[in-house]
Amino acid sequence: MTDAREPLLTVEQLHVSYGSIVAVRDLDLEVFPGEIVTLLGPNGAGKSSTLNAIMGCTRASANAIRFDGADVRDEPVERRVRRGMALSPEGRQVFENLTVMENLRLGGASQGKAHGGPAAFDEVTELFPILRDRRDQQAGTLSGGQQQQLAIARALMSRPRLVLLDEPSLGLAPTIVDAIFELIAKLHDRGITIVLVEQNVTRSLEIADRGYVLEGGRVVMSGTAAELHEAGDELVGAYLGIGG
Amino acid sequence: MTDFLQQVINAISLGGTYALLALGLAIVFSIFGLINFAHGDLMTIAGYTIFFSLQAGMPFLLAALLGVLAAGVAAVLMERVAFRPLRGEGVPTLLLASLAVSIILQTLFQTLISARPKAIPTPSVLTSTVSIGSLNIAVVQIVSIGVTLMLLAALSWCLRKTTLGIAMRAAADNFPVVRLMGINANRVIAMAFFVSGILAGAAAVLWVAARGSVEPAMGLLPMFKAFIAAILGGLGSLSGAVVGGFALGAIEIAFQALLPESLGRYQDALIFVAVILVLVWRPNGLVGTGHDNGIRLKISRLRRRGGGRSEAEAAS
Repeated sequence: MTDAREPLLTVEQLHVSYGSIVAVRDLDLEVFPGEIVTLLGPNGAGKSSTLNAIMGCTRASANAIRFDGADVRDEPVERRVRRGMALSPEGRQVFENLTVMENLRLGGASQGKAHGGPAAFDEVTELFPILRDRRDQQAGTLSGGQQQQLAIARALMSRPRLVLLDEPSLGLAPTIVDAIFELIAKLHDRGITIVLVEQNVTRSLEIADRGYVLEGGRVVMSGTAAELHEAGDELVGAYLGIGG
Repeated sequence: MTDFLQQVINAISLGGTYALLALGLAIVFSIFGLINFAHGDLMTIAGYTIFFSLQAGMPFLLAALLGVLAAGVAAVLMERVAFRPLRGEGVPTLLLASLAVSIILQTLFQTLISARPKAIPTPSVLTSTVSIGSLNIAVVQIVSIGVTLMLLAALSWCLRKTTLGIAMRAAADNFPVVRLMGINANRVIAMAFFVSGILAGAAAVLWVAARGSVEPAMGLLPMFKAFIAAILGGLGSLSGAVVGGFALGAIEIAFQALLPESLGRYQDALIFVAVILVLVWRPNGLVGTGHDNGIRLKISRLRRRGGGRSEAEAAS
């Protein structure tokens, strides 16, 4: 069904290495508009490296990284952001010495005053009421869950069409994890396309349309969320690093 | 009492000049990881610009503005030519590069202009004094304090209220993520250098107005003092640089006033001892915290994020 449409993001033969260590090899990936696609796999499987390469934060080689029909391979991060891509990085990485408001303002900086300003702030904080209450608080003093919300909100301030979320539930209490996944579902309802990197396999497959399982920098399995769910045992094998 | 007030004014005006310089060093260091040893030469560039502008018959105020602007532009050029190719290379490489820039510039001044000091006639308004009660204050000191406070206030406003200013503060915190916001990394860095150059230029105007000459190595001593001030306040912290500048000014003036004449020639050594004692008491500086201080932290942070080098290459 999705095949009839043009993918929003196409990655062909992605290769990422740090010195002599190969993090990602021969990775192909397609994301269609409106989808949630999840990247699963054990630590060090290359999930974060893949997201960073898509965004241009890491040096990488690929046959193509196409976003909305344009090859962005040689473009710097900032131009990719202006095209409508955004990354909420692993470990949240909010600007700790800046206030919540200042963090969000920088998130919208690429959009100019007309789009990144108060209108975007209202729109985004509608999803994150806590951030509105804490707008003048230093981001470093927020709780982990609040910082994660801020990291996602900051990514949304540029009004992206594609959001890459790197381990948004990492290190958060179970109730907060629930809230974060609810939030991702809400973003999906708003028509935002999402690539979700997660350790939490079950929760991810619950909300995702499709998924890729990575191990040792390669895709070892891919399919719809239902297919991957059925392949549960094999998936666990890949996770523990003994199968696949 | 009058004497004491006089010394306080001396301390504020000298400390203010150090503060401007230290702040320029700190802005560049906090964003770029560079301790810019060519920072003092920006002062010298401003000094020569003032000298040649006056020679061309311009009024002092215009010459001073041109000097400030020249230092700002020179700082941006310095980054573009010498430091951008080395971006992400680590503190020692950058530091040596800036030392090279400094030596090249000083040699150029010596061969192209003159090894000897050039006199810069200060306008008589600046050299006059005003009397407030029994207090005689040199106008140049009042101007110096006024300019310093105005610049600090303006910069503080920019860093808090403008997007580029907020981006500069964020860049000191976490540079790679600033780029994730779609903000042009080169623009933030160029702006940081421009601001540091402007501050050095302003310090040069105050320096030259108080001393009346410019020479090839003019910037060397104030640059070292500013470096000490920045460390005293907490390297990498902007407010620390300002505090450190004023603190160093106060220490210097206090020693000048209080030391018996026989110890006068040990003055600088004693000042350094005082600074060392402060650092023993507070190793991260007066304002610095473990967080925004420390070169080691900065490098390890860059490495953890996939290496500054690849990021730098993507930026250029």
